[in-house]
Amino acid sequence: MKKAKRGKVVSYNKWGYIFLIPFITVYVVFQLIPLVSTIVNSFFENYRSGLTQIGPTFIGLANYKEIFANPDIWIYAQNTLIMWVMGFVPQILVSLLLGAWFSDPSLRLKGQGFFKTVIYLPNLIMASAFSMLFFTLFSDGGPINSILIQMGILDEPFKFLSHVWSTRTLVALMNFLMWFGNTTILLMAGMMGIDTSLFEAAQVDGATPTKIFYKITLPLLKPILIYVMITSLVGGLQMFDVPQILTNGNGEPMRSSMTLIMYLNKHLYSKNYGMGGALSVILFVITGVLSLVVFKFSNNKEK
Amino acid sequence: MISEKNETSKGFGIKARRGIAYVVLIFITFLCLFWFYILFVNATRSHSEMTKGFTPFPSTNFFVNWKNLMEGTLPVWSGLINSLIVSSLSAVLCTYFSTMTAYAIHAYDFKLKKFIFTFILAVMTIPTQVTALGFVQLVSNMKLEDNFIPLVVPSIAAPVTFFYMKQYMESTLPLSLIEAARIDGSGEFRTFNSIVIPLMKPAIAVQAIFTFVSSWNNYFTPALILHNEKMKTLPILIAQLRSADFLKFDMGQVYIMIAFSIFPVILVYLCLSKFIVQGVALGSVKG
Amino acid sequence: MKKKVLGALLVTTMLASMLAGCGGKSASNGKVLNIYCWNEEFKSRITDHYPNYTEVDATTGKIGEVTVKWNITPNENNAYQNNLDATLLKQEDAAADDKVDIFLVEADYALKYVDTEYTMAVKDLGITDQDVANQYKYTKDIVTDSKGVLKGLSWQGCPAVLFYNREVAKEVLGSDDPAVVQESVKDWDTFVATAATMDAAGYDMVSSVNDTYRVYSNNVSTKWVVDNKIQIDDNIMKWVDDSKKLVDAGYAGTHELWSDDWSKGFYPEGKVFCYFGPAWLVNFSMAADQPGSVGNLGQWGATVGPQGFFWGGTWICAATGTDNVELIKDIMLQMTTNEELMTGIVKKDDDFVNNKPAMEAMAADTSYSSAILGGQNPLAMYCEGAESIDLSNLSAFDQGCNEEFQKAMKNYFEGNADLNAALDLFYKAVEEKYPELTH
Repeated sequence: MKKAKRGKVVSYNKWGYIFLIPFITVYVVFQLIPLVSTIVNSFFENYRSGLTQIGPTFIGLANYKEIFANPDIWIYAQNTLIMWVMGFVPQILVSLLLGAWFSDPSLRLKGQGFFKTVIYLPNLIMASAFSMLFFTLFSDGGPINSILIQMGILDEPFKFLSHVWSTRTLVALMNFLMWFGNTTILLMAGMMGIDTSLFEAAQVDGATPTKIFYKITLPLLKPILIYVMITSLVGGLQMFDVPQILTNGNGEPMRSSMTLIMYLNKHLYSKNYGMGGALSVILFVITGVLSLVVFKFSNNKEK
Repeated sequence: MISEKNETSKGFGIKARRGIAYVVLIFITFLCLFWFYILFVNATRSHSEMTKGFTPFPSTNFFVNWKNLMEGTLPVWSGLINSLIVSSLSAVLCTYFSTMTAYAIHAYDFKLKKFIFTFILAVMTIPTQVTALGFVQLVSNMKLEDNFIPLVVPSIAAPVTFFYMKQYMESTLPLSLIEAARIDGSGEFRTFNSIVIPLMKPAIAVQAIFTFVSSWNNYFTPALILHNEKMKTLPILIAQLRSADFLKFDMGQVYIMIAFSIFPVILVYLCLSKFIVQGVALGSVKG
Repeated sequence: MKKKVLGALLVTTMLASMLAGCGGKSASNGKVLNIYCWNEEFKSRITDHYPNYTEVDATTGKIGEVTVKWNITPNENNAYQNNLDATLLKQEDAAADDKVDIFLVEADYALKYVDTEYTMAVKDLGITDQDVANQYKYTKDIVTDSKGVLKGLSWQGCPAVLFYNREVAKEVLGSDDPAVVQESVKDWDTFVATAATMDAAGYDMVSSVNDTYRVYSNNVSTKWVVDNKIQIDDNIMKWVDDSKKLVDAGYAGTHELWSDDWSKGFYPEGKVFCYFGPAWLVNFSMAADQPGSVGNLGQWGATVGPQGFFWGGTWICAATGTDNVELIKDIMLQMTTNEELMTGIVKKDDDFVNNKPAMEAMAADTSYSSAILGGQNPLAMYCEGAESIDLSNLSAFDQGCNEEFQKAMKNYFEGNADLNAALDLFYKAVEEKYPELTH
């Protein structure tokens, strides 16, 4: 059949290229050229001192050397990962739980529409507005402290943003709130897609709901779980708005909540294109490697 | 015997599990809505009321705060309009051209097809931030700073939206349909516009909403491109609230500004929520 | 078909650019006066005191035929300077109505702009030395470039004092008389001792240790940066030691200046005894227009405090390439030399203005008193302070250094880092901001 068609199809195939023109053009102009120029920049000394431009002067790998000369970048990478994990673990657990409940016909939960609407809501909130809101709510004299004191839980205000773990927890909490609804709905869709006869068969065999969940639902959900994991990891590496606005760009205390992109932003902000470029390239490599690892890892296991 | 035991524990179990499920759901609902409730309450209170501590009930200062915000130097309306323009144009361009790209890969057979498809998938995970530096330089060389073009046009090349569209096409767009159109003498471009696009409507709607929302929320790129007050989008204005001397320490204004940027989205969402929630699920099944 | 696609593309891009273009208005030559600043202080001074200015909306006004456009970018994290830099660097190519005409600078970074071609000499505007003879010398020193050319003018003088809450003074110290209060804050040791008394009575001595920062940092003997190397002066380290004591004992907080928590003491409920600052602080920042605030109740008092210092001040600079020379000249002359207008500022806004004879006359005038300060006339104190301001230790990097130093030390005060780690963080942050510096 394919062969018979061929003669005809060939004449249309140029349209494949034509339809790709907008994408390719825009991609090359706004992504590829910037990527190349970012890489080129990383080999130059290029910044502004007051109103005077310094450079660009070719300095080879000096920018990279400077970045790797101190452990900062690894600390920021670690911060990013810690805050991502702190948000992601509860996110996936809660989503699995809610997804299982929502898709379990025997539970017959009422008001599902309402709950789904509510849990997805935070995902649509502007991250900057959400973190500004959290900043004001959790400030030393803000409403949360005021409420906790009124309830007699605290004697004096707790400085949420002056402690390493409370700051990180707030960042993780916001990320959790913004993304668990999305994940729940994705997982639920996956669960709904599972052939119900499998469940019925298991029930006939006397499997408990917990057993069904672990032995049937979870393995079948793996592709979706991996998808969620990769997108969340890539999103996590780009973590910026929330900690940036919550800590006013400083990643206080002691830069324990400074993420990689916040660090990059610092260099971009002071127009230090050389260092910013080198940092971008490193970030590019890190994301690439991580995506590849997750991708390979998940593929291998499946086989 | 075993099965009998199971039966009873299951009967009891369902009730208990249902109970637990409701408790957890209510707790999570609380966790999602609590912050917005405080926001609402504080947006109605004056600064001096707030310095006295939190009260769970709204006060009467909403319109005073609103008036202060409107008369202040923060260009909230232009911020809102700018955000709307950028987000809508992004959504339109992104969905239309992503569909076109997906169609090119889906419906045609050409030499570079495999290469391009793999390429797009590979670049999907590159964070936009790593090219930001070159992007900013490019934009300033093109003299497009303080312009919406660098915020809108790049959305034409959106690998993630492309991927979603491609997935959706595989399940809903049979090639025979296109064949039929060709036999009827329809040009390729017309087939795309008059047959493919209408068929893709559900997917387009979902992706349009997502693109709109992510562009509406975007802070990183606009903050690097827009410097002129009149061109700034809402997230930049929100970030400026962080340096409080701007508003002369009136937290009433800060809260109402946050409310101003959050509540419209919530309202729109509540109207479209069913659609959106379904849409999220739609693309994932094949993921 | 191909054409159609391209056509569609073109139309959309054109549409985008048209929509984008809506932001900028155009008018004929010299009809727009662009003013770059970081808050509303200058705007409200112009609105209230400059003749012929009418407000159109929050960011535009009119002086006769000329439209005044206020470009306000907050100061924080160098945002204002970055924006101004970007605009000034494009000044040459900009359309006449988009060019910067006036920009304001602060003492912390005045040199950065004054020492470049981007700032016009005041002389070139047609303002003579004679015109500005009554101004305090230090206000001219700050904006004089390395060749000795005067490049900006200020309407205000910023000798700073200690503002204390009179009610608290009465309750804890037994009197709100400035002379009596001064005895309890006359040097830093006494200051710390009084802090203990305040703490026992349930008050914070100062809202944040950052309040006292300027008092120490103005009394230094070295610049922040010498030959591109960062230096930390002994007096600044003394601030660190004293502040650590205050924080550890719970006598003061660690809030960032200008944060909401910092400003809590502007209201009686905030339970803060004193703030440090110049005249503009008490008027512009301390919520005097809000009912229920300490300033609104007229319950602040002013006294010299442990050490004299100055803080801030705003200078008006004309940008090279402006098309509004005559108007800028008039604004500068009116705001910084017109005695009648300037005494009006003192009376209405409690500011201290840059006119020595007029200030000395008002200081001696018993009919003038400040309502915010409970009927006190603080001008004599300011006059004395203005004489002793020493600016030999300013550098072009002061804003970044001051800001980052306070941020870094916050970690030390709160116990999140030891002193060395906090100092390292400071060096790191400054070097990120100014790549040319080392330590």
